[in-house]
Amino acid sequence: MVITMKLVKTEDKLPISYPSEGAAGKTGTWRLERPIVNNEMCTRCYLCEIYCPGNVITVDKEGAHIDYNYCKGCGICVKVCPKNAIKMEPEEE
Amino acid sequence: MSSATDGKGILVVPACCTSVVVGTAPKTSMRMPIVHVPFASAAAVASGLREALLVRGLEDKQVIVWAGDGGTADIGMASLSGAAEKNADIIYIMYDNEAYMNTGIQRSSSTPRGAWTTTTPIMGKTEPKKDVSRIMISHDVPYVATASIAYPHDFYNKLQTSLKIRGFRFIQLHSPCPVGWRFDDSLTVDVARMAVETGMWILYEYKNGVIEISNPSRYLIQQNKFKPIEEYIKIQGRFASVDENTLKGLYEYRNRNIEFLNKLAK
Amino acid sequence: MSTLELKKEKKVMTGNHAVAYAVKLSKAQIISAYPITPQTSIVEKLSEFIEKGEMNARIIKVESEHSALAAVYGAAIAGARAFTATSSHGLLYMHEWVHWFSRARIPAVMAVVSRTIGPPWNIWPDHSDFMDQRDSGWIMSYAMDNQEVFDLVIQAFKVSEDPSVYLPAMVGLEGFILGGTSMPVEIPEENSVLDFLGERRQPYSVADEIISVGNLTSPEETEQIQMGIQNAMGRAREVIKKVDEEFGRVFGRSYGGLASCYKCGDAKYVVVTMGAWSGDALGAIDLLRDNGIDAGLLRIRYVRPFPIEEVREALSNARLGIVFDRSLSFGGFGQLYSDIASSIIGSGTKKNLVNVISGLGGVNISSDDFVQAIKSIIESYESEGYVHPFLWYHQGEVMKYQHIKT
Repeated sequence: MVITMKLVKTEDKLPISYPSEGAAGKTGTWRLERPIVNNEMCTRCYLCEIYCPGNVITVDKEGAHIDYNYCKGCGICVKVCPKNAIKMEPEEE
Repeated sequence: MSSATDGKGILVVPACCTSVVVGTAPKTSMRMPIVHVPFASAAAVASGLREALLVRGLEDKQVIVWAGDGGTADIGMASLSGAAEKNADIIYIMYDNEAYMNTGIQRSSSTPRGAWTTTTPIMGKTEPKKDVSRIMISHDVPYVATASIAYPHDFYNKLQTSLKIRGFRFIQLHSPCPVGWRFDDSLTVDVARMAVETGMWILYEYKNGVIEISNPSRYLIQQNKFKPIEEYIKIQGRFASVDENTLKGLYEYRNRNIEFLNKLAK
Repeated sequence: MSTLELKKEKKVMTGNHAVAYAVKLSKAQIISAYPITPQTSIVEKLSEFIEKGEMNARIIKVESEHSALAAVYGAAIAGARAFTATSSHGLLYMHEWVHWFSRARIPAVMAVVSRTIGPPWNIWPDHSDFMDQRDSGWIMSYAMDNQEVFDLVIQAFKVSEDPSVYLPAMVGLEGFILGGTSMPVEIPEENSVLDFLGERRQPYSVADEIISVGNLTSPEETEQIQMGIQNAMGRAREVIKKVDEEFGRVFGRSYGGLASCYKCGDAKYVVVTMGAWSGDALGAIDLLRDNGIDAGLLRIRYVRPFPIEEVREALSNARLGIVFDRSLSFGGFGQLYSDIASSIIGSGTKKNLVNVISGLGGVNISSDDFVQAIKSIIESYESEGYVHPFLWYHQGEVMKYQHIKT
């Protein structure tokens, strides 16, 4: 005989969490400078998407798109872009 | 990670920067199961989790530890060694930022010689970096690899390779920390790449008892084309107090490591 | 199934083997442990069951007790019935995990084979290791004999996995006195225990849901989680009684729930004990009654949840409560005494209570010792109308602790 397991909930507060967008808040508000992509220069090489530590860049046939809600403005994308197609600009207050 | 494991991964995370990065309850930013555990016990929790999956017939799931260098090289070393010796069927990824960054940049055994930390504030660390991957190779586990965030394809391939192997798998991922290493955020990839280009970090795989130097490092070793270590340390504030003697020590450490790997490499 | 239909077998075995048989019959799937004297024969027996193919479980032979409980957690959080056993310094070494486990609200069972804490090295039992876990949020029971060891381990799985409890449970037994001493133990037929326990239940599982367990949260939510543990402990009181009764109906043995009373009803003097020496204390009660002293014994079976109501009830008609503790909180009192004093405050009765610390470091206390100590305390109480609240009983002598003013 093998035992089986059944999930039965409790009403007590548990230390568990569920996946949700923005779990750490809108981290884009931490940004001091904003990366701006010139998609005419972009060759769709995906390097910015691959290297972005925040996983906020998506490259498609139109070019690279940055989710500014969560981009913290580290500038790594600017450094790894082989075509210099991304520039940092100061955030406006 | 979630995509690499095809939605079948379960992550075990001891106290480290990631404990904070994933966000606060009742939300989490990761779309995969995560078990946060006390500092010293990640490999043990992962071993138990894996065994439970086996008795429950859920063996297609992968248990992956994601731990920092403190939780691996220091306080987690005993449970890591225990899990490796028993060939626990898990993947252990040590993201190595070479100090206790989450608690405020204290030295770990994985901090390199000469590096400033808040507990080596004047002289820098006087001892060399502990080589955890080599310790794992000594356990004769099925797979050990070093990787770098500057070489994401190399890392991804190693992760994919490890996913296809059964038994204990270890990947040490070199991960510069801008705050703790004292350089501008935007230079993170450049610093990581410079570590490889100067030979301060060698990319290799240990599989079926054989070491194979990975492409980026193999070329540099074959051609003896390493950049001077000075180029790596001058772009980081943490090495500001390195003197001639310490620099000599860093060169010796690097050269010995290359010699060691060369002897064992096929 | 009724008691009459059930096939049973009586075997002479040690307390440690009683634990192993109970774990086997409870169909634990994962066992993880590290050897420490006097716990070792539990894991040795379980290894034997598994290697002989008599038990379908996997055993993880970890490199430390800290990892033992960590591995049990990993298994339990992924949906497996899991078990570990330890003792003394091993238990202290895993103490971080003892707390983490209960706050995660995941069911599991641990046997604690008590042995005193060093230095000096000493392999004999007192309650210091077990009582050190008192504030950790585990269901904590303590056995008097090997049959009760067997019964408590099975009941621990049932209580721990009850959805109104969902707390890990530890079962204590004294090393050598029970752990290494053979007594007859009735073992029921293989599948009756699994029928009694039913399927494993737990509140969540990382193998079945995309959830994160234990990530950062606010002080308010953390407080709510701790309030939840205290509420679960409250509900566990009823669950423990219910499980004890149901166990009695199926297997023919009930113990009275959180505490068990012997001749308490008309007792003027209620003696309180926990663990193996309660057997000697029972003998002492009979000897005292033979001498015309109306004594009774309240045996604490569960330290957590503490039997508050049972204590109030047992002491309601007594003139004096005499609490024997086999461990103490240095600078305070014995732990049972503290909880008994707290329990009777608010019950509306003014009670005289005395704390006797004895048997530390494994010092043997016989029925005659109990008689001598209890007689001496009662005599001084009846002649002076007062008794010093904190006494040592050491090598045949009752001594006042000098640092409390009378």
